[in-house]
Amino acid sequence: MDYSITPIAVSLTVNGQSQTVEAFPMERLLDVLREQLRLTGVKEGCGEGECGACTVVFNGEIVNSCLIPMAQVDGAEITTIEGVALADGQLNRVQQAFVEFGGAQCGICTPGMVLAAMNLLERNPHPSESEIRDGLAGNLCRCTGYMKIFEAVLHVCESRKEDTLPNSG
Amino acid sequence: MNDADKNLMGASAPRKEGRKKVTGAALYIDDISFPGMLYGVTVRSPLARGRVNNISFTGDLPWDEITKVTAEDIPGENYVALILNDQPYLAKDIVNHPEEPLLLLAHENKYLLEKARRSVRIEIEELPAVLNLEDSLNRKHVIWGSDNVFKSFLVNKGDVDQAWSRAAFVIEGTYETGAQEQLYIENNGVIAVANERDGVTVWGSMQCPYYVHKALVKLFNLPEEKVRVIQTETGGGFGGKEEYPSLIAGHAALLAWKSGRPVKVIYDRAEDMVATTKRHPSRTQHRTAVDANGKLLAMEIGFVIDGGAYCTLSPVVLSRGTIHAAGPYYSPNVRIRSSAVATNTPPQGAFRGFGAPQSIFALERHFDRVAKTIGLSPEEFRRRNFIRRGETTATNQVIQEEVDLSALLDRALNLSNYYEKRERFEKENSHSKIKKGVGFASFMHGAGFTGSGEVYLASVVGLEASADGLVRVLSASTEIGQGTNTIFCQIAAETLDLPYESIEITQPDTSVVPNSGPTVASRTCMIVGKLVESAALSLKQTLIGSGLLREGYSPAEFKQACADFHKRFGPLRATSKYQPPENVFWDDEKYQGDAYGAYAWAVYVAEVSVDMYTYEARVEDFVALQEVGKVINPVLAAGQIEGGVAQAIGFTLFENVVWQDGRMVNNQMTNYIIPTAADIPPIHVYFEENPYPFGPAGAKGIGELPMDGGAPAILNAIENATGISFTQVPLMPEMLMNGLGRSE
Repeated sequence: MDYSITPIAVSLTVNGQSQTVEAFPMERLLDVLREQLRLTGVKEGCGEGECGACTVVFNGEIVNSCLIPMAQVDGAEITTIEGVALADGQLNRVQQAFVEFGGAQCGICTPGMVLAAMNLLERNPHPSESEIRDGLAGNLCRCTGYMKIFEAVLHVCESRKEDTLPNSG
Repeated sequence: MNDADKNLMGASAPRKEGRKKVTGAALYIDDISFPGMLYGVTVRSPLARGRVNNISFTGDLPWDEITKVTAEDIPGENYVALILNDQPYLAKDIVNHPEEPLLLLAHENKYLLEKARRSVRIEIEELPAVLNLEDSLNRKHVIWGSDNVFKSFLVNKGDVDQAWSRAAFVIEGTYETGAQEQLYIENNGVIAVANERDGVTVWGSMQCPYYVHKALVKLFNLPEEKVRVIQTETGGGFGGKEEYPSLIAGHAALLAWKSGRPVKVIYDRAEDMVATTKRHPSRTQHRTAVDANGKLLAMEIGFVIDGGAYCTLSPVVLSRGTIHAAGPYYSPNVRIRSSAVATNTPPQGAFRGFGAPQSIFALERHFDRVAKTIGLSPEEFRRRNFIRRGETTATNQVIQEEVDLSALLDRALNLSNYYEKRERFEKENSHSKIKKGVGFASFMHGAGFTGSGEVYLASVVGLEASADGLVRVLSASTEIGQGTNTIFCQIAAETLDLPYESIEITQPDTSVVPNSGPTVASRTCMIVGKLVESAALSLKQTLIGSGLLREGYSPAEFKQACADFHKRFGPLRATSKYQPPENVFWDDEKYQGDAYGAYAWAVYVAEVSVDMYTYEARVEDFVALQEVGKVINPVLAAGQIEGGVAQAIGFTLFENVVWQDGRMVNNQMTNYIIPTAADIPPIHVYFEENPYPFGPAGAKGIGELPMDGGAPAILNAIENATGISFTQVPLMPEMLMNGLGRSE
């Protein structure tokens, strides 16, 4: 990046809070979230959109924030891992299941993986195992071999079937 | 887990730091910054081998604002203190591998810094390089020492030479494995603060804080207490953060020392892949003598690994690979010659399994070949040769523990419907373009350091109880995802009859925790966990012995006793130091004796399909059965096995390091492919428990084991599917096409 280019003002809503940041047009959303907004739950794994560690929800879709230049961000609504626990600080169902079923080991892919799993369940509340595999294929994990992540997601589906409480995950 | 639980060891306590990790609150090194912090980058060698003639700074850049560090700026020794101390922190006149560090730069603006890195002009006169194992062995050029050899071993049992003439069959084979990138998702990174008054402090992603500590003491020529190393949350290691952090920590500290500012050095993915260590490429040659009854008479094994340009950990990797090369079998005569050789590639290093996946791959592939040649099924040949209690390994270690590998094999084959599948696939394959097959590997993995390693390490663990009854474990054993924090808390809680929640882990910080040794070699649970157990016992006995507590106490009574102890005697602390089990004998010179305190034993079965149109091989199903002593935490233990099997599948079918002039050229996640959620088959994990008296509650080590068996099981299955015996991993579709094409 050429450090002599002039920054632009970008308005965005992150985890429900509207704000305006100054950023270079080609600066990565990932860096702005991590460095300006101190949302360090967004991780960098590869910087080229392969690993999914920098996953955030962007206008309802999951994206790799390392591939989004700030020039595309004005007016966007963004959710990061910091914005998904319940209001009283309780873990949501997906987070809880990841802890209970061993879906997190080293934890570096976990924020992105949790967001991808939540997004999958929003689009498809009762995915089959193969739909879970496909739904999470954009998020690499080197520790778990994925089995415990599948178990965690399947458990969320099962527990949803069992009760009629409003969706909390 | 709220009550004191007598059976906490064996229960799936939730991961101690799980909440931090699922909420994004866990702080990894790149999530931390300091006021006034600079960024640091590394300028590296463009060539495999050469003489550096000049370095100049070009372009319209504020060079006087940029901190520059060369070999001349090093206050102490210019080597990474480890085994042979041959690797410089910064090359001075000669470079020995591509990407070798030459110069360090620091500035507060990381974009300007990147521009500066690209504007450094290096003039190098090229010298002839050795780029592969064969050229190194043949001494095409001598690039290291007098013969390119870092280390050699000779293991000799009986007399193989008198066996060949008596053999009904002599079967030979050569097997090769490629490099493999650890590919932890968090890249290497550190932050350093360093000045003459306070010394050097480093925070970073690492497995072994005391390795880094030792290296920095030498680099800065400082007293030990002036160097402090703190492990931050670490996003995977798999061996890749065993020795490399000593190098990057030194670089950041040198920049901090010179600039007087905190310096952060974080590699991006491309730099981490191109410059840091990988699994050693290997070549194994087997010559095996078998009698008319299918019993082994002699095994002669030649094992060579490519260590890259500097020694690093290659002698120890070679040692483990050598000892595991003859596998879990009894042969009266064994000779293993092995060497680690130098090439002008970046140094190779630790990666889960540490030499064993390479030599076990060769053996378990070779034994399918032997079985086929002598007309036995793979399972029957192994049954006739499995090692049993009282028999000796290649190093003449007498197996003392109860081990029934035939039963383990039978159970694994039944769990995987092996016989039914073999029969069915044979019928179906003849009229299908998708060929299916099933294969297995039987193997073992020794836990803890090899030979006298644990005695030399003499690890120490501490336990502290505060006045309000909170117990803290003090150890340098790091949580890197494998579950150290959780199992240590389980072990301490059960031993102290306290709830899991009342135990905490102190962040590994060399100014606070004792040296419990490196977090490697499947030793954390078995060796260090045992020290946690004995320190906990000693803490409990201190309270009981001082009359403040009685057996059968409640957590509330424990708390009261801690308060009373603090009032009367001051801080309450217990330590425990490693003591080897009795009657353990190891001869480092002859490489004879008890190589490991305990082995985990396993049989893995893979089912594969090979698409004859696309030459894609897929693992469709995987059964992993192992005997690992007591399982301390079933969820974490299964997670270790599943993760290891997934890495082994990557090693076998996906992960191909492409070398060009000594450099990895596919150093991106886009073209170095690891398995995704869509690529991994169902992995069925089963444990058998045979408690080991010297592990906590009987536990042995499991971390590396699952890396060992996948590759041979999968290639054995591919042979079953296609009839072609492949002898090399990774087995990429192009190689499958060539192999299968030749056969058609």
